[in-house]
Amino acid sequence: MSAETMLAFDTQCHLFIPGCGFEAPGLHSFVFEPLFTIGGYEFNKPMLLALLSTVVVVWFFWAAFGRAKVVPGKLQMVGEAGYDFVRRGLVYDALGKKEGDKYVPFMVSLFFFVWIMNLWSIIPLAAFPVTSVISFPIGLALIVYIIWMSLTFKKHGFVGAWKNLSGYDKSLGWVLPLIMVLELLQHLIIRPFTHAVRLFANMFAGHMLILMFTIGSWYLLNGIGVVYAGASFVMTVVMTAFELFIQAVQAYIFVLLACNYIQGALAENH
Amino acid sequence: MNADALVNMAVEVPENPLIPPIPELVIGLVAFFIVFAILAKKLLPNINRVLEERRSQIEGRMEEAEALQAEAQQVLADYRAQLADARHEAARLRQEAQEQGATLIAEMRAEGQRQREEIIAAGHAQIAADRKAAAQSLRQDVGKLATDLAGKLVGESLEDAARQSRTIDRFLDEIEAQAADTTKAEAGR
Repeated sequence: MSAETMLAFDTQCHLFIPGCGFEAPGLHSFVFEPLFTIGGYEFNKPMLLALLSTVVVVWFFWAAFGRAKVVPGKLQMVGEAGYDFVRRGLVYDALGKKEGDKYVPFMVSLFFFVWIMNLWSIIPLAAFPVTSVISFPIGLALIVYIIWMSLTFKKHGFVGAWKNLSGYDKSLGWVLPLIMVLELLQHLIIRPFTHAVRLFANMFAGHMLILMFTIGSWYLLNGIGVVYAGASFVMTVVMTAFELFIQAVQAYIFVLLACNYIQGALAENH
Repeated sequence: MNADALVNMAVEVPENPLIPPIPELVIGLVAFFIVFAILAKKLLPNINRVLEERRSQIEGRMEEAEALQAEAQQVLADYRAQLADARHEAARLRQEAQEQGATLIAEMRAEGQRQREEIIAAGHAQIAADRKAAAQSLRQDVGKLATDLAGKLVGESLEDAARQSRTIDRFLDEIEAQAADTTKAEAGR
C-alpha cells in the first residue's frame, strides 16, 4: 500500500521547500487510487473499510451474543447496553414495542454499521470515514426508502398510500393542491435525499476539518513553522475528539430518521 | 508526487461528489446485508432468548423472595405472640406465688398463735390441777396434823370421821376467809 492509495496527499512537501506549495484538502482527498482491480472494477480504501466495518460489527456481536449467558460477561454486558440503547431508545420510542419489535434487528444493524463506518475517521491507519463517500449513505438510505414505501402501500392500499404521501386533507380547502405538491416532493424526494446527504455531508465536513489541520501540521513542520504546526496539531486533536462525538450523533440521527419514516408509513391518515 | 501528479489527481476527481459510483454502492449494500443477516438470524434472537430467560428467572427469584419474606414475617409474629404469652404466664405465676406465700404466712401465723394459746392454756390447766392437788394434799395433811395435834393436846380421840371432817373444814374455811380478807385489804390499800 502506497501513500497514493492510503493518504491522498503529498507527504514530501513542507513549508520553505521550493517547488511545491500547501495543498489544501478538497474533493480529491476523498478519491483514492484503487488498491487493486478485479475484472475492470476498482477496489479502493473506502470499500475495504466498509467490509472491515462488517467484520468489526459481526465480530463484536458474535463475541458478545454468540454464546450469550443469563449471567452476562463483560463483553455481553456492553453488547446488551448497545442493543438496548437502540431497541428502547430509538425503535420502541418511535414505533412502540408491539409494532417496533419487527424492525429492531434492522435498526440495530443499521446503527452499529453506520457508527463503525463513521468511526474509521479517527482510527489510525484507516483515518477515513467511509460514510463521507456518498455511495454508502445513499445505499443505506435507499434500503430505508424501499422499506418505507412498501410499508406505506401495504398498510394503506394504493389510494391510501398516495393520500398518506401527499398529506391529503380536505379541510385545508384551496391550499390543498399546494400542500399536496410540497408533501409529495418532501416524501418522495427530499426526505430520502437529505437522509443520505445529512450523514454524508457531516462526515465529509468533519473529515475535511481533520484533514485540514493534519495536513497543515505536516506541511508546517519545517523551520519556524514548527510552532504553527504545534497549534495546528492541537486543533487536530480537538477536532478528532469532536468527531468522535459527531460520529455517534450522526449514526443516531440516521437511525432515528429511519424509525420516524417507518412510523409515518404505519400511522393512520389524518 | 510532484505538481504534475497533483494536477492529474485533480482531473480524476468526479465533478459531483453526490453521484455514487456503482461498485461502492454495491459493496456498501453487501457489507450491510451481511451484518443484518447475521444479526437478525442468529445473534439478536440469541440475546433475546437470553434476556427473556433472565427476566423470567428474576421474576421467579422475586416471587421466591416475597414468599420467604412473608414466611419470615409470619414466624416473627408467631414468636412475638409466644413471647407475649410467656410473659403473661410468668406474671400470672409470680402473682400466684405471691398470693400463695401470703396465705402460707398467714396460716403459719395463725397456727403459731393457736399453738401458743394451747401451750398457755395447757400451762394454766396444769397449774390449776397442781394447785388443786396441792390444796387437796395440803388439806388432808394439815387436817391430819391438826387432828393429831389436837388429839394429843386434848387427849381425846376424834375418831369420828364426820366430826373430824367438819372440824377440819371449819378450820380451813376460817383460814380461807382470813386469807380473803387479807387479799381484800391488800387490794383496798
